[in-house]
Parts: sequence; structure tokens; C-alpha cells
Amino acid sequence: MNGPKLFTIYQQKLKKEARVVLTWQLSILILFFTLWELASRLYWIDPLLFSSPSRVFSSIWSRLLQGSLLGHIQITLLETILGFLIGTIAGIIIASMLWSFHRFAKVMDPYLVVFNAMPKVALGPILIVALGPGYLSIIAMGFIISVIVTTLVVFAAFHEVDQNYLKVLKSFDATKWQCFKEAVFPASLPAIISTLKVNVGLSWVGVIVGEYLVSKQGLGYLIIYGFQVFDFTLVMSSLVIIAILAAIMYKTVEKIEQLLIRK
Amino acid sequence: MSYLTLDGVSHYYFSKKQYTEALHSISFSVKKNEFVSLLGPSGCGKSTLLSLISGMLQPAEGNILVNGEKLDISTLEIGYMLQQDYLFPWKSIIDNVLIGPKIRKRQADNVKQNALTLLEEVGLKNVADKYPSELSGGMRQRAALIRTLITEPEILLLDEPFSALDFQTKLKLEVLVSDLLKTYQKTAILVTHDIGEAISMSDRIILMSSHPGAIAKIYDVPVELRDESPFLARKHPKYSRLFDKIWADLDQAKQTVQLHEENAYERS
Repeated sequence: MNGPKLFTIYQQKLKKEARVVLTWQLSILILFFTLWELASRLYWIDPLLFSSPSRVFSSIWSRLLQGSLLGHIQITLLETILGFLIGTIAGIIIASMLWSFHRFAKVMDPYLVVFNAMPKVALGPILIVALGPGYLSIIAMGFIISVIVTTLVVFAAFHEVDQNYLKVLKSFDATKWQCFKEAVFPASLPAIISTLKVNVGLSWVGVIVGEYLVSKQGLGYLIIYGFQVFDFTLVMSSLVIIAILAAIMYKTVEKIEQLLIRK
Repeated sequence: MSYLTLDGVSHYYFSKKQYTEALHSISFSVKKNEFVSLLGPSGCGKSTLLSLISGMLQPAEGNILVNGEKLDISTLEIGYMLQQDYLFPWKSIIDNVLIGPKIRKRQADNVKQNALTLLEEVGLKNVADKYPSELSGGMRQRAALIRTLITEPEILLLDEPFSALDFQTKLKLEVLVSDLLKTYQKTAILVTHDIGEAISMSDRIILMSSHPGAIAKIYDVPVELRDESPFLARKHPKYSRLFDKIWADLDQAKQTVQLHEENAYERS
């Protein structure tokens, strides 16, 4: 029997492939930082404008030691997660309502289209006037930027559910709510998860822009502040931190996806 | 004594610019425990007719009566089996089977036991906790059959449930369904375009013509064939005689349709 032997070879092949990919990924990362550092040291790029990895990381380190950075990170992260959660959940709820009330969906259609096409960031000043220059308007920014697109995508997903699943349930005399719970929602889960992934990016955009506009704290504030006092190391540091945090958030969503969807 | 009666049932489909008459004045009745097949070319409104009997659609004209009273699916159990299994991929087989009782809010302990017994009867007990994607087409359709039977429907509606299967699986499933229906004494209506399937399984065959859907002819299947299992019935000499007769009539029905369409073309 060659089965077990061939299977081990196959497993080894898989592992090897994963190792090769990881090696490449790490090499690119190292190459990027090395090139950046080198370019900055050799004045291929202006170190005053583009800083360098060594300065960025030592700046992050010293600010962490001072304790000032953590507060900024906390605030931005909290705002982003709240904006993300509220935007996504509200989007799903609105989509469910559109699905349950057919005429409501038809009535709302043009408004959704207009609101979706509109650059939500342009609403910033209005939000600040309405909600005050604080967390509330920043969270509202993170919310408003993701809610409509979530509504549209999830509603479309609800619509694409195979009608025959509903036929099966209706043959058992299921109510509309039962149809939603047993067929429409679970069948749309993959689409909902993929909007979650999109929304991670969107809510970061909303919150950072919100902080540009009003805040005295947070990573968006640090970027604007660094820009104003011409401290581009600070700008770069904030960008690096945002990249890391956004990646972690994205990975968390992926983990949730693995838990929710059987593959 | 007729159990299910259709009395002058007509139905229309509407689109923005026109309407089509899907069914024209259909009347027939089905006795209790009888197995009736609706046979006809595609577009003759067979599936529409099933949807009407299932109560999912309301007939535009005419009445559907059960035991002399108007059809009401909130009190009458009707089992509906579709062309494909439509098992929910995110539910295990046993949960799929139990969806009917769950919807009907009848989840006594013995329902699960009952489900397992039925699954055992069709050879699926050992895969009860697996998911539909792990099963073959025939197994999935058997699971769908159990899902339909678990609520103990009075009337079973079968909408070409064997058409997506390979020939061998299809024959086996036909035998299984006809055995189960005889054991549990169900009234059943099968929609099919397969003459052989109709003859080997039913007590009566209703041949339909299309544009609009109407009853063309009704055949009584000889008693010798009714009592045989679908597999053996196919070998009976009376089987081929009836087959040829229906074949000829079906051919004629199609030609009439073609003529009708050609005329319509010339007129336009």
C-alpha cells in the first residue's frame, strides 16, 4: 500500500509550499525597510520628508515609553471599532427591513442610491455642527461611511438567495420571519462577512478623516499635528501603527469568518 | 370517494406587457391513497399546478377542495419535494430532516427518534451528523424525501424529484418512494416528463397539453402494473403497450402545439 507514504509526501509538499511563501513575504518586508533606510541615509530621498525606519521605530518606542502614544492608539481604536460595529449592524438591520417590506425597499431605492454615491466625508462639517467636535462626530463618521454600502450589499445578498429554499420552508407553512432566520440570513452569511472585511478599511478612513477635522487626540490627530510642525517621522510612525492595527482587525474578521462558515 | 378535487382551475402569469394563460380550466380528482402522475411537455403548467395544490399560489379561477372543503395549508399537511434536494448546506442531515417539525413547532423528543428510524430505513442513519456536501446526489435526495415525510403529510407533491439523478439511482429511488408511499398510505401527485416513470409508479396518469396547460387525456394504469414495484413494472408486457399509446398521444399533442405556434407566427 502506497497510500500512507504518498500522503506524507503530499503533506510535506504542502508544508514546503507554505514555507516558501512565508520566506518570500518576509524577504519583501525586510527588503522594503532596508531600501527605505538606505535611501534615506544616502539621500536618495529627503530624510526630512520621508524619514527612515530607524527613526520611525525609535520614535514609536520613545513615545510608548513616555506613555503618550498608548492613549492616542486607544482612542482611535475605540472609535474605529465602534464606528465599524454600529455601521455594520445598522446596515444589516436596514437591509433586513428592506427585505421584509417590499414596498419600503422600492420607495427607499433612489435615496439609497444618492446617499451611496455621495462622498460621505463631505458630511464631516455637518456632523461636527450637529454632534459637537468630539468622539461622537468621529464615531458617526466611521458609521456613516460604512452603513449604506453594507445595506446595499447585504440587501442584494438577501435577494439572491435561491427561491427554492424558501419554497421548501413555505411548504411547511413557515412565516416570513422563519424564512429569514432559517434560509435567507444563513445563506447570506458569506456576503455579510465580505462586507465586514470591506468595512474594516472604510471605518478607518472615516475615523482618521474625522480626527483630521476635529480631534485633539488619536492617530489621525498625530498625523495632522506632525504635518503642521513638520515632524514627518511622527506622520510615518502613525501610518505604520494604523497599518498594523488595521491588519490585526482584518485578521480578526477572518477568524470570525472561519468560525461562522463551514468550509 | 374523491379526496382532493380540482374544479375548473385556471391560472395566469402576468408580465408588464402581456399575460399568459398557464392553466385552462383544469378539473380532476384524486382518491385517498391514490398515486397520480401529471405528464406533459415542458411549459404545460405541471409545476404551476403543483404550486396551486400546495397552497403557495392561489388559483385565479376555480376551486381546490380537500374532503369537500376549501384547501387550507395551515391545517392540512402537504409535503413538497423539488427537482433538486435543496438541503440547507449549513445544517447537518438530521437538522435538515427536522426543519419541518421545527417550523411547525412540534419538536417532541420522539420526533428525533422518528427521524432517525426513517433515516435508517433509507440507509442514511450513519450519515445523520454529516453535512449535505459530503453526500452523493442519491443520498441527498433520499434525505430530502425523509424531510418531506417526517411531518406526516396527507398529500405528497413530487415535482420531478428524480430528474436530476442518474438512471440507476433514479430507479432505486422510485422503488423506495413507491414502497414508502404504500407502507404509509399516502396520497401522491407526481409531476414528470418521463413516461416510464409515470407508468411504473402511478395508478392514474393525466396527460397534459400546453399553451395553455390543459388536460389532454387520462389513463388508468392496469392493475397488474400498479401492484408491481417500479422496477418490475417496466418489464411487464402491458407496460410497453401503455407506453406506446402515451408516446403517440404525446407526439400528437406536441404537433398540435407546433402547428399552433406556426399559425401564430404566420399571423404576426
